[in-house]
Amino acid sequence: MSTTSISPGASVAGTAVPRRGPVWAILVAALVVSFLLSLAVGANPLSVGQVWQGLIHPDSTEASIIVWTERMPRTLLGVVIGMALGVSGALIQALTRNPLADPGILGVNAGAGFAVTIGVGVFGLTGMTGYIWWAFLGAAGATVLVYIIGSLGRNTSPVTMVLAGVALSAVLGGLSTFLTLIDETTFESIRAWGVGSIARVRVPDVLTVLPFLVVGLALAIGLAGSLNAVALGDDLAASLGTSVMRTRVLGIAAITLLAGGATALTGGIGFVGLMIPHVVRWMTGPDQRRIIVGSALGAPSLLLISDVVGRIVVRPGEIEVGIVTAVIGAPVLIALVRRRKASAL
Amino acid sequence: MTLVDFGYRVLRTRTAVSSSRIAMRTATISAALFLLAASFALVALFLGDYPLTLGDVTAALTGRADDFVSMIVLQWRMPVAVSAVLFGALLGIGGAIFQSLTRNPLGSPDVIGFDAGAYTAVVLVMLAAGSQHTWSIAGAAIGGGLVTALVVYVFAYRRGMQGFRLIVVGIGVSAMLGSINSYLITRADLDDAMQVGFWGAGSLSRVTWSMLVPVLAISLVVIVTVIALAPALRSMELGDDMAVSHGTRVGAARVALLIAGVATTALVTAAAGPIGFIALAAPQLARRLTGSAGVSVLAAAAMGSALLAAAHLLSHVLAAVFRPMPVGLITVCVGGVYLIILLIREARTRSGAAR
Repeated sequence: MSTTSISPGASVAGTAVPRRGPVWAILVAALVVSFLLSLAVGANPLSVGQVWQGLIHPDSTEASIIVWTERMPRTLLGVVIGMALGVSGALIQALTRNPLADPGILGVNAGAGFAVTIGVGVFGLTGMTGYIWWAFLGAAGATVLVYIIGSLGRNTSPVTMVLAGVALSAVLGGLSTFLTLIDETTFESIRAWGVGSIARVRVPDVLTVLPFLVVGLALAIGLAGSLNAVALGDDLAASLGTSVMRTRVLGIAAITLLAGGATALTGGIGFVGLMIPHVVRWMTGPDQRRIIVGSALGAPSLLLISDVVGRIVVRPGEIEVGIVTAVIGAPVLIALVRRRKASAL
Repeated sequence: MTLVDFGYRVLRTRTAVSSSRIAMRTATISAALFLLAASFALVALFLGDYPLTLGDVTAALTGRADDFVSMIVLQWRMPVAVSAVLFGALLGIGGAIFQSLTRNPLGSPDVIGFDAGAYTAVVLVMLAAGSQHTWSIAGAAIGGGLVTALVVYVFAYRRGMQGFRLIVVGIGVSAMLGSINSYLITRADLDDAMQVGFWGAGSLSRVTWSMLVPVLAISLVVIVTVIALAPALRSMELGDDMAVSHGTRVGAARVALLIAGVATTALVTAAAGPIGFIALAAPQLARRLTGSAGVSVLAAAAMGSALLAAAHLLSHVLAAVFRPMPVGLITVCVGGVYLIILLIREARTRSGAAR
């Protein structure tokens, strides 16, 4: 710690200015550890040594095949999905100045689920690859819809927006339930899909969606600077030379790409986008550039650790990662509203 | 005794235990809504898998039909029709009580997690314990709903209750329970899972007389309690201090009203499964229709009846032209859209006032 020099600007703010070096080191270390854990732990009881040998010498041994064809793709997908969810959460919280915003809570999952149910129930869709496009469309539609509902008022309160998401989820969920209850085959195909998992999807499907996620991430990083201005309020942002309209439109586009892509691949994983930006903001301070990069590093760790927990708890079975994140995340949401300054971002 | 001019015509009732004053307009509209509900329910008697003529139904109602027709009308369809009117009224009453107590249009039992808790308990009983028995399901629904509502209240309480906190805690708890439900449902046998799905959709069609009679008896107690406490509820809307100065025993009245409010939802959920959004929408729609200052329990009950009976009729019509849609799904879809409209309007007026 003695090597951390105090920069002149650090004391100006007066309140706790985080030491940034350790913060980034912690985030990267967490990512590396969770990545390795995700490779090491699974239904198949391989020892750490076997996993390591299989990892560094890719050959035809059982361990190597399991590590390289099963766990590695799943872990990499976890990293990508985690990044997408974390960054979309950070973006949506910044754009709406709403600390309770999360793609899952705001109805993106329900939108994707509804679209897939229509695809299966009405158009006889089968197979993962077909699901992805329907889910993507549904997720994108729901994102835009909730944002429009939430932004009709000028200072939409956080609760109004959350309620809009809940109401939309309820309507879409009701219609989906109707479609599944009138047809047993639809029920069977859909009931597993809606539970978010990173174990189902195959590599080619990931590669189809990956470009959308990359564009979304790039947009988010490019927007980070103007988000700082928007955080000051629309009027002040405009007087600082930021185009508020452009920032909003591009921001919504990025959220749609990231949350829509992640939901299309997994079926919807809630609360990651809610929790991580809060933790990162607490560690790095309110600069959106740091929050976005920090969320991109932190969210995959949470997702991978949750996935590992899901693999361990009911061995030899598994619990989908979306269930684990909901069980961890709901108490965090409750803790957030119980804090005294719940609405402060 | 001098009469006070309230600026509108009022209807007074004085009995040994209570006296009340109801605006004429509220009374008229409530009566009209109840009539509407009854006629919807009556029309629904004709609709179903087995087509009946006007003559069949009237004959059955007057006891002159043959055994088969009279069984269909009196044993199968009648309890469902009665439940549409009664359950709607109960949900409306529950909603009015909670919205008055929390002074928030969104403070209704279904928003704060009662339905989600009831659903989880039923999923556990049906899938984990493997019981399909009506009474164990009813018991599980009531128990699960009560425990969840209690947990939500405890977590939302921090130096007083805020509507905002209550709602978000309810959403969080519902989300967590929902994911546990999904986990159990994905692991279950397909037929069992479908059964749970049907229960969770909320349907009146499984209501029978043997189920309805106890519900009717308890409802009567609840309704009498609420009538006796309605003046207290109205004075508590002005704030606890004002209510105390009006001679209301605030603590006791609040506990009794809370129990009555939870009981309405518990009864309906136990008998029919979760029927969402009536408790939320009925008091607000009634308030707009009667033009009254606050939420009126009577008008909310009448509006709830009319809404549920209409949804019930709609589900029969849908069944005739397409597929049967459980009434709970109809109320969720229509009610959800109504909530969205309500939110948009609220956001608009608020931002208009701020500028």
